Amino acid sequence: MKRARVAYRGAIHSAQPHVDGIELADGRIVAEADVVWLPPVDVGTIFAVGLNYAEHVKELKFGVQKEPLVFMKGPNALLGHRGVTRRPDGVSNMHYECELAVVIGRPVAHVAEADALAYVGGYSIANDYTIRDYLENYYRPNLRAKNRDGATVLGPWFTDAADVGDPQALEIATFVNGRQTQHGNTRDMVTSVAGLVAYLSRTMTLQPGDVILTGTPKGVVNVNVGDEVTCQIGDLGRLVNTIGSDAEFNRRG
Amino acid sequence: MDWVVFTLTDHRFHVFGNSVVQDAGRGALDAALAAGTRFYPPVDGAVYGSLLHDRATLDAMGDALTQPPHNAPPRAPVLYLKPRNTRAGYGAAIAVPNTGVEVGASVGVVIGRTASHVAVTDAAEYVAGYVAVADLCVPHASVYRPVIPLRARDGFCVMGPAAIARRHVGDPDALPVSVSIDAKPVFAASTSTCVRGVAQLLADVTEFMTLAPGDVLTLGAPHGAPVAHAGALVEVRVAGWAPLRFTLVAEPMSGGVA
Repeated sequence: MKRARVAYRGAIHSAQPHVDGIELADGRIVAEADVVWLPPVDVGTIFAVGLNYAEHVKELKFGVQKEPLVFMKGPNALLGHRGVTRRPDGVSNMHYECELAVVIGRPVAHVAEADALAYVGGYSIANDYTIRDYLENYYRPNLRAKNRDGATVLGPWFTDAADVGDPQALEIATFVNGRQTQHGNTRDMVTSVAGLVAYLSRTMTLQPGDVILTGTPKGVVNVNVGDEVTCQIGDLGRLVNTIGSDAEFNRRG
Repeated sequence: MDWVVFTLTDHRFHVFGNSVVQDAGRGALDAALAAGTRFYPPVDGAVYGSLLHDRATLDAMGDALTQPPHNAPPRAPVLYLKPRNTRAGYGAAIAVPNTGVEVGASVGVVIGRTASHVAVTDAAEYVAGYVAVADLCVPHASVYRPVIPLRARDGFCVMGPAAIARRHVGDPDALPVSVSIDAKPVFAASTSTCVRGVAQLLADVTEFMTLAPGDVLTLGAPHGAPVAHAGALVEVRVAGWAPLRFTLVAEPMSGGVA
């Protein structure tokens, strides 16, 4: 089952796919473009994993790490499907990262990798932007590069884990203005979904709504103001957003 | 997270087991403390910490700031998150590994209303108040890319006992901070040595990330944070605020950190 959270005519609704658009829980069927899409779950802690696809690690010229490179993101970063992410004037490299988002379904601590997938409630798609101009070499990756307002697009749907099957067999594709720029498969993760849940739960109790962004494969490219970026993973859906300017956000250097 | 405003009029505290938060005078807080009460953390928002934010920490790094892997001194604020599993309140018993933990005695700025690209001159208007934070981490040498379990273990962000309204706090950039372990003073510092004052920090952080009402942004641990081990009673004091006390206990299964 797929569910979304959308704002429509003064309220926030749960919604599901429908052949004629989307169906709100109250029965109304509306066009996809007539609602405001919100992140599909009430998100708790956001863990993000860097360098989790070997080919992407080579692309960024890093060595392979000894344990997962995990960082965290705040609620300010979240953005829904069809949202706008600001690209500051003057930066040279702002790139998307299409990632499988794992949503924890029940509390978990000290779980073995073999049992870990039982604690996953479902999956979504994340597009986690980075501005490499702002990377600094202290407690990497730093928040100015990674935890920007609206830089973590999540959605459009939350898909139950039972409907996804093996999370390590999902095709990943990103398109910029309709042209494919990224292709990969979750089978190539350095640390699997189950491995990440087990690793994090060794020292941290995970709660329902906590989200793990599992890293991006090779093929990240700079995007510019006005670009439309579409991320697709397996049958989870198509996550679309656009790049906005400083002027749109009323920022003046 | 409250969307419009976070109210803090006096001392906001939440007695363990009570369903409601109180916002009352120091007398009511002291009475609850005298009764031996435990507390929940007094705020619910996201908690961001500042790193390398004491000038003495940067001074101690010396030439390392300009050599690999760092190559240049920090420009923007160096920040991290204390996720919700780390939240703990006054009187908590925190499980620690056999390495012990550094006790980062810090002052948290409690945000009062949505703060985005705030000007330095307006910053105070966005501050509801302050909270004492014992920001715990497993001791580690590298500040390049340390793994997050060092800072984000369950219970590693102890806050309280109360959040204190801004009107009760004088100059936030001149607050004495101290740590006692088993009633013995082991550490003293001041927020006056921070790289940025509160107003500048809020301006620099909200340039790229919006802080919501009820969020906490700490001024960071002063240089030379003391290390405490399982069995210790830890007390963090900020100025004349009610002290933050908690205990450390041994992890049931040790050796979690790789």
